Amino acid sequence: MKMETYEIYSLTSVVLFAIGLGGVFLAKHFLRKIIATIIMGGGVFLCFVSFAKRDAITFADPIPHALVITGIVVAVTAAAFALSLARRIHKLTGEDTFEAKK
Amino acid sequence: METNSLLLILILISSLIPGILILLLDEAQAFQRNFLNLFGAVAKVALVGWVFVGYMQGETYAFIYGLAPDLTFALRVDKMGLLFAALSSVLWLVTTLYAIGYLKGGKHQRRFFAFFSLCVTSSTGIALSGNVVTFFVFYEFLTLSTYPLVVHRGDDKAVEAGRTYLWYTIGGGTVLFLGVVALFVLAGPIYFGQTEIIAGLVSENTLQLTLIFFLMLSGLAVKAAIFPLHGWLPISMVAPAPVSALLHAVAVVKAGAFGIARLVYDVYGIPTSEELNLLTPLAIFAGFTIIYGSVKAFYQDDFKKLLAYSTVSQLSYIALGVAITGVLSTTGAVVHLVHQGIMKITMFFAAGNVAETYGFYRISQLNGIGRKMPLTMSAFTIAAFGMIGLPPIAGFVSKWYLGLGAVEAGSYWVVLILLASSALNAAYFLPIVYRAWFCEPDQKDISPKHTGPFEAKALLLIPVVLTGLFSLAAGLFAGSNYSPLAIAREIAEKLYPNLP
Amino acid sequence: MKEFPTSALPALLVGLPMLLATMSLFFRVKGRALLGVLGSFLVGSLALFAFIEVTKYGTIIHILGGWEPPLGILLRMDPLAAVFIGLTAIIGIFISLYSWWYFRARIASIGRFPLFWPLWFFLWAGLNALFLSNDLFNLYVTIEVITICAVALAVLSGEPKALKAGLRYLLAAIIGSMAYLFGVALIYGSTGTLDLYLLGEVLKPGNTTTFALIVITLGLLIKKAAFPFHFWLPPAHSAALAPVSALLSALVVKGAFYMMLRLWTEVFEVSLTFAAGQLIGITGAAAVLWGSWQALLQTNFKLLVAHSSVAQMGYLLMMFPLLVLAPGQMADSADWLAPAWTAGIFQVMAHAFAKASLFLSAGIVVMALGHDRIESLRDLVAWMPMTAMAIGIAGVSLIGLPPSGGFLAKWMLLKGVFLSGQWWWAPAILAGSLLTAGYVFMLLRLAFAPARVKDPFRPVPKILQVCALLLALGSFLIVIPAENLIQFLEGSKSFGSGIESIVKGGGYGNE
Repeated sequence: MKMETYEIYSLTSVVLFAIGLGGVFLAKHFLRKIIATIIMGGGVFLCFVSFAKRDAITFADPIPHALVITGIVVAVTAAAFALSLARRIHKLTGEDTFEAKK
Repeated sequence: METNSLLLILILISSLIPGILILLLDEAQAFQRNFLNLFGAVAKVALVGWVFVGYMQGETYAFIYGLAPDLTFALRVDKMGLLFAALSSVLWLVTTLYAIGYLKGGKHQRRFFAFFSLCVTSSTGIALSGNVVTFFVFYEFLTLSTYPLVVHRGDDKAVEAGRTYLWYTIGGGTVLFLGVVALFVLAGPIYFGQTEIIAGLVSENTLQLTLIFFLMLSGLAVKAAIFPLHGWLPISMVAPAPVSALLHAVAVVKAGAFGIARLVYDVYGIPTSEELNLLTPLAIFAGFTIIYGSVKAFYQDDFKKLLAYSTVSQLSYIALGVAITGVLSTTGAVVHLVHQGIMKITMFFAAGNVAETYGFYRISQLNGIGRKMPLTMSAFTIAAFGMIGLPPIAGFVSKWYLGLGAVEAGSYWVVLILLASSALNAAYFLPIVYRAWFCEPDQKDISPKHTGPFEAKALLLIPVVLTGLFSLAAGLFAGSNYSPLAIAREIAEKLYPNLP
Repeated sequence: MKEFPTSALPALLVGLPMLLATMSLFFRVKGRALLGVLGSFLVGSLALFAFIEVTKYGTIIHILGGWEPPLGILLRMDPLAAVFIGLTAIIGIFISLYSWWYFRARIASIGRFPLFWPLWFFLWAGLNALFLSNDLFNLYVTIEVITICAVALAVLSGEPKALKAGLRYLLAAIIGSMAYLFGVALIYGSTGTLDLYLLGEVLKPGNTTTFALIVITLGLLIKKAAFPFHFWLPPAHSAALAPVSALLSALVVKGAFYMMLRLWTEVFEVSLTFAAGQLIGITGAAAVLWGSWQALLQTNFKLLVAHSSVAQMGYLLMMFPLLVLAPGQMADSADWLAPAWTAGIFQVMAHAFAKASLFLSAGIVVMALGHDRIESLRDLVAWMPMTAMAIGIAGVSLIGLPPSGGFLAKWMLLKGVFLSGQWWWAPAILAGSLLTAGYVFMLLRLAFAPARVKDPFRPVPKILQVCALLLALGSFLIVIPAENLIQFLEGSKSFGSGIESIVKGGGYGNE
């Protein structure tokens, strides 16, 4: 079955998104949750960028690139914030999950 | 704004502004507080009187303000509303005097009088409402402003009573809300008196209209203390006597009864109510409540609880009168609204006097109290005879009309209920009267807590004597053109235009 | 679009708070607070001017940098945006005043938080920008700004409880944003544009659109703390400092609601089905019942108020099933649309005022006693009558008793429910009112009950209590100009419009 390039990318991005989403909810450790959100982000950005070369366009559309760069900046900021929060929590309480350790 | 509209707003403000100002005072500034209260009360009576005279001469008074698309705040004067407003304002003045005397030296007076004033504002607002929405707004406001008064004492019993009170009234309010909105959606905005709107919808929307009626009736029946929604009334007797007197003899319960009257007469109209057969269930529940209240009163030893159950019973006279159609029974119902208020408030004042002066809260302690407090107990006796239905006191007049109305409508079972209830009233009131006047006190040297020339504090004595005299006068002068009876007759006759 | 008058005010509404935020970083702590209060009055007056402009012209726009859309950013202020911006401004002014005094009191339990002011103004800039945005990506950026500032504010106190709640909040928000962005990507892929106006015309129903709609809606629901994604809100809002909780509950969550409202009514009309609307409504009803029930069970004041937020936001979602018309119904004949819209907007306003007031009152209690256990509210009317009154008035508005703004909202909602024949929402609305009455009167009962043991309490500056009281009154005062507000709002493109769902088997698509 011949698929368009961007269809492959779309499928991949859905899979990545799903893995990330699952990871956020199922993982216990802060770090894993944060990494899972980054993976989700990866999926979304992949999807976005893949639309840069849609059918009937001869050159790549720069808009998705710009949007994705913005999105990456935002996601990195949010991830950094989350990481520093996790670090601070660990420093103050020694915990690294939301549930209390037995 | 024209003067006439302004007057209506002023009537409401005359208790609203003092209420708010009192909240800003200090607890210790008793003089300013009492001044504000009395000033507002006198102003209100004067304003209502002015509007009364003007209305009798043909003036119209209305105030309309659009709140939202088709949510209009409307005040309008008509005979029934005026009657209720007059009752509220006069009795508020009297009760203010009483409350000032009763609570002197007590705690939290600022809070009490502030909410007291707000309560009267809501009561007057209910009386002056011109449409269903405005009525509902003030009705709910009444619930809110009475709650702090019920829990005034602050002890556990009072707080529990307050909680029960809220469950009943907020629950009733929610049901009423549902009915009001549904009615609105079905029929649009309804001003009191525009019964033709619903009449026009009857043929197609029978089920909805019936459902809406019972929703609204249930909501109103809570405040009107109709069985089985009456439970809050005896429990809220933990409130101080002025609260029980005004609120639970006049303001809150009358608002419910008034609401039922408005619903049947001015929203649905009598022809529609009969057509949809809405009145029979009301009559049955009211009739049952009359007997139930009287029987429960018979077994009470607590003075105020006995009076509470008596109120439950007496209110259903009004509901029953509304449920039986006919000029005479409507007259009886409307006039009983006024008469019962005056008589019951007298009784509550008397109970409060006895409690304040001697610390007696139970019937069994009342032996010989008549000799010690002759004025108070005379007033009580007059009111008691009126409740039983002895002429020439006000209560007799209303019962007479209710009875005649029942005969006219062919509902002989109502006559039976009236007679039975009178007998029961005698059964629990006469012993009190007997004890008070003809028994020796148990302890010979009980000294009153009050020292002074009269049997009780002046501020407690004057109101009870006044209302006792009112009860007598309303009966004696019932034939005059301006008595409550005469106005009630006019209201009733207007509702049945087809009669010759 | 081009026919609307241009004005610098929208840009200023975003730029001035940002400028103030940056400036405040250069001040010392004392100066920051003063700058904050003065600045909020400035921004508030800007909002007022902009509001007046919108009443004159209907809608004003500003094209940033002169770069035209679809590449440039267009800021659009229509009546709906004006109302939200005005609401933010008024509540913002009160919260600024409150925070100034709140942080001034150098008490051990409440420190001085210098980062509050820059973060708050960045948040304000973000909120204004959100309300003014006119394309999907700008919405994403602004809501991210709001989220990051909000989380930073939430963890300001530095306590472990707040940090954990903040991390949970952040993670939930990131998930929501990613979901939203995914949907945006799909939309861009299928239409090539992100502009709200263009999309409304160009978007075709289809698999992609539906999937995008689902994913965007889910993302926004998470950010709005809708049931069942509400788990992050109670800990975050209750662990935060009082003024921050007020900001979060009153303003921040409204941002996500605003986005959903705009997107559903202006963009996604073509692929919404009646069932979708009902589903959202069920979510809302569940939130109302669950949140109110949970609030009733709380023993901690701030947690109670936070759960109440979850519940009250549920009412907002119940407006959506009324907006999506059943197959075959036409928008012109659906006379319940106007009440449904009115209900939503008034619920937003009344809830914002009431909730801000409640959280500020909670802050006063914390300041006085050092903790906020509900038991500590005993006899509040005696030692802090103004705060007790604020709690009472705000609570009455939450219940929906007349003549409060909450009452108007519920009246309109019930009216819409009955007119549209979707009577099954009525029990949820009324049960919500009863449960709300339950916990509000629980608070009031304690406030009136006499104290058992005298807890030592610090006197609280009067101005804090006045702020809380005025905000509570605000929830009542919005009723007075109600008629005019509604007329004003009708000028907005989407207000009063219904979403005509596609016929043909209740599905979608004419293809």
